[in-house]
This record gives sequence, structure tokens and C-alpha cells, in this order.
Amino acid sequence: MGSLKIENVKKAFGPVEVLKGINLEVTDGEFVVFVGPSGCGKSTLLRVIAGLEDSTSGRVLIDGEDVSVTPPAKRGIAMVFQTYALYPHLTVKNNMGLGLKQAGTPAPEIDRRIGIASSMLSLEPYLERRPAELSGGQRQRVAIGRAVVREPKLFLFDEPLSNLDAALRVNTRLEIAQLHRRLKATMIYVTHDQVEAMTLADKIVVLNAGRIEQIGGPMELYNAPANEFVAGFIGSPKMNFIDGARLGETAKTIGVRPEHLTVDPKSGAWKGTVVHAEHLGADTNLYLDCEKAGLITVRIFGVYDAEPGATLYATPDPAKTYRFGADGKTLK
Amino acid sequence: MSTATRSLPRTIGAHAILLTYTAIALFPVILVIMNSFKSRAGIFGAPLTPPTPKTFDLIGYTTVIGQGDFIHYFQNSLVVTVASLFFVLLFGAMAAFALSEYRFRGNTMMGLYLALGIMIPIRLGTVAILQLMVASGLVNTLTALILVYTAQGLPLAVFILSEFMKQVSDDLKNAGRIDGLSEYTIFFRLVLPLVRPSMATVAVFTMIPIWNDLWFPLILAPSEETKTVTLGAQLFLGQFVTNWNAILAALSLAIMPVLILYVIFSRQLIRGITSGAVK
Repeated sequence: MGSLKIENVKKAFGPVEVLKGINLEVTDGEFVVFVGPSGCGKSTLLRVIAGLEDSTSGRVLIDGEDVSVTPPAKRGIAMVFQTYALYPHLTVKNNMGLGLKQAGTPAPEIDRRIGIASSMLSLEPYLERRPAELSGGQRQRVAIGRAVVREPKLFLFDEPLSNLDAALRVNTRLEIAQLHRRLKATMIYVTHDQVEAMTLADKIVVLNAGRIEQIGGPMELYNAPANEFVAGFIGSPKMNFIDGARLGETAKTIGVRPEHLTVDPKSGAWKGTVVHAEHLGADTNLYLDCEKAGLITVRIFGVYDAEPGATLYATPDPAKTYRFGADGKTLK
Repeated sequence: MSTATRSLPRTIGAHAILLTYTAIALFPVILVIMNSFKSRAGIFGAPLTPPTPKTFDLIGYTTVIGQGDFIHYFQNSLVVTVASLFFVLLFGAMAAFALSEYRFRGNTMMGLYLALGIMIPIRLGTVAILQLMVASGLVNTLTALILVYTAQGLPLAVFILSEFMKQVSDDLKNAGRIDGLSEYTIFFRLVLPLVRPSMATVAVFTMIPIWNDLWFPLILAPSEETKTVTLGAQLFLGQFVTNWNAILAALSLAIMPVLILYVIFSRQLIRGITSGAVK
């Protein structure tokens, strides 16, 4: 149990429409990631699901039950926040147990659940400490533990890794993935980081300017983006967009991912000059200024020696070239 | 030890300025306390010298304690100040929370309306306040003073506290909501402890004018039963003869409670806020 259905949810703050009619279905046990640029409404949508914001219109159903007017505590959800949001005056144990205590759960049951959650997240040595005495990673684990003990129908994560440093982010990401596998719970995760989205999600919801651009699995979005926005948002470095007219194509825009371009010093489709090269070891990013295609990025696997100023020819893989119409939609 | 940011002449200069200012600020207070321990002849003969064995005299204090009902006046002052302070902080914080936390129609206007009192002195309304108190039968009660002082302190309290409450993490309040805490619990248990330093600031700013006020006690509660310390000290100010010993002693005593309250609140100001909730 733990399904979610959102029917035509709209949210406006005064005259500003933040969500412009969202329809979404999440089945039990799914890991769904909302991803999009800043201000696209992904956090607002999560808050509407949590009940922290009222939607202007539309319905939210959890397990088939309309919860549009149910207070957050009664929705059977748990939320993990970007800033951890631990209660500063309570110990780790009481932080985790407060929600259950408020709901009137008997003390032995609370202790049992805290025991399970803290062993799962290796928090046992810290149970009697206060949040101020913990490091950032530990605080976020406590926040996750606080969500776990509630045994919610829905886990909501609001950019939980944004405040952690790069190394901790990878570890915590892994922990969240393992947690999902172990609990088999429905999780909804908001992030602006497409790497988090690609690595964690069963299903990604790409949002832009209050609308859903596309819903699909990570590989589906990567291989078959519905439009220019999704194509540009998923994948790193970003897809190259080239004006179709410059290439003599009928489509408005041609898109090629940097990894689907090959370079050759002698011959190829687009002649260009190397502007800058980034050597990452495992791969090399080349920025080429091409006569026909303009400034493009090429990603080459492995080490590739190219000095700025050198002339290179780039050739796109025709099978992996995307064509977009004037409305931004992908042309088949 | 010389560092990039410090130089000896600059340090000396800064300290000299601060010490001079401290001396100027403390001078009247020290003068009052010093002279309160002197005989009448001592006060007028050499007002700037500390009490010597010859001029040392406790006559001021014995007069104050013997004459009039000074303990009672102290009690009145304390009741009025503490009660007003309590209500100002309670209502001020609640109003500030509502203004900073909830979106409702007229929020900004309400905030401006509540802050208007900062610019308009409450004493302008003295006549109306007196009529109101007469009509409601509150003249010569401490309640009248508490009500007036609460009204007087609220605008600044709302103004300062709402600014601070806006800085309290939304996530923390939302976490409380998801855990099923009521809005009151969120306010009292989560938000108030985090804005404690600003509460202390407001408390100090509110407390001192109330304790020192002569105007409203004189007009609203001049009876023997409800006299405050500042009003009680007027007892020794005569048209022809002024008992300076007693006045100085009364003023010295009046400094004490306010000083104690100040120390309590300034400890709160200094004490680090409960960190670790966010970031």
C-alpha cells in the first residue's frame, strides 16, 4: 500500500501560477523523482502532496482516498527536508519518536521502531545526542530515520542531499537506494540534480514552469526525450542543439548528445577549432567552434590529446541524432 | 603581538574612546549611588567626592525604609513591569508569528498597523486613556498600568520579532506539522526557543521605560496603594524643601531590580542560540 494519484492539481500564489494542472499516478513501491530547474514547481508539488500547501484546485489521492483536506500528520506520509529540520531541543531518539508519540503510539512500540531504524542507519551510538552534536551526514540520517519510524505510506524527500558535500552525497544516495530496496516503500524525491534523478529513480517526472514535460524511466528519457527541454535537461554534459537551417535540415533544431559525436583530425561532417579541452581521466570534454554547427561539446571516452586552436572534424551518429520541431517537440 | 588586522595605536585609540564613553555614561549613576551614602552636608559640600568616614551617612536609606511604604512601592513597580513584560512578549511574539508565518489577506497592512505605534507616542492619548480607565473603573489599579504598558510595548515587539521569526527555518515548522504538532506547540516549542535572543532584546527595550515611567502612574494610579517607586520617590521632592538623601537612596535602590532583570536577559542575549536545527 502506498499509491498516489494527483488529478489536475493547480497552485497559484496570488496572480503567479506555480503549478498549471498536474496529473500523475504513482504505484505502490515506486521510486519517483521530480526533477526540474529552480522555480519549476517541483518543491511546491511535493508540499501539496504533503499537505503543507493547499492546492488551488484539483485532488490528491493517497491509496485511493482523497486527502485534499486532510492535515499533513494524518496523511500517512513522512518527509525528509533539505535543511534536516531536526528539533534542536530533543535528542536523536526523541526526534525520531516525536511523531509516533503525538499519534499516541505505545512506548514499547516506539522503542522497537527506533531500534530498527537506528540499526538500519547505524545511528545507535548517537541516540542520546542532540542534533547540535552531530555532523551534517549524521543529521540527515537522523532525519531519514525520523521518516522511517513512522512507517509511512509515502516517503517524501525534498532535496535531501543538497546540503551535503560531494563525497557524503554519493554515500547518502546509496543509502537511500538501499533503504528503498529494503523497505519496498513508495518514495517521492525532489531534486534539481539530474544525476540523483537518473541513479535513484524507477520513474522520473520532468517538470518545467509548472507543467510536466515528460514522465518515464531514466533510460526512456535519455533515449527518447519527448521534447527539447527534456533532451537538454537529461544528460551531462548537455545535449548540443544546432539550428536546423544551418545544416540544411527541415527540422527547427537538431540535437546531438556530446557522447554521440566522434572526432577525427582529418575528415568529418563538421569542421571546427578546439576552444577548450577538459581532461577528466575517464573521459575528455572538447569544446569545438564549428563552422556549420556553432559551439558544440564533444565527449570522448578515455584520454584524448587536443590543444586549443587545433582543427578537428566532428561527426554525429545519425542513429542517435534528435530532430525537434518548431514547437520544441521531438519529430519522429 | 602584532597581526595584520591589529595595530597598537589603533587598539589604544579604540579603547580610549570606549572608556571615555563608559565613564560619561556611568558618571551620573555613580554620582547618585555615591551621594546616597553621604550626609546632607556631605552632598552639598563636596558632591563629587566619594563618602569619607566623616561624611558617610545612611540617613537617606533609613528615611526611605522608615518613611512611606517603599517595600510596597517596589512590589508595585515589579508587578507592573514583570506583568507588562510578560504580556508584551507573549502577545508580541504571537502576533509576529502570525504575521511572518501565515499568508492572509491584509497581512502587510496588519503589520504596518501594528508597527504604527512605534511612531506615535502613547502619551498623546493620555486624556482618552484616562477617560477609558475612569469609565471602566480601573483608575488606581495596577491593571490599568499593565494594560497601558502592554499597549505601549507591543508595536516595537511585533516589529522586531516578526523580522526574526521570518528567519526561522520553514522546514523545521513543516517537520513539526508532519509529526502532528499543533500550531501552538510549533510556536512555543520550536520557534520561541530559536528567537530567544531577540526576545531578550525586546525585553530589555520594553522593561526600562516601564520601570522608569512617572507619567502614567501619576495620572492613572497615584493612590498610596498603587504607587510605583518612581512616583514614591516624588514624596521627598518638596516645593520648598527636598530631601536629597532620601531621593538619592530611593533612586539607588530603584536601579537594583532593573539591573538584575537586565543581567538575566543579557545572559540570554549572549548565550548561543540553539544551533544544529538547520545546517
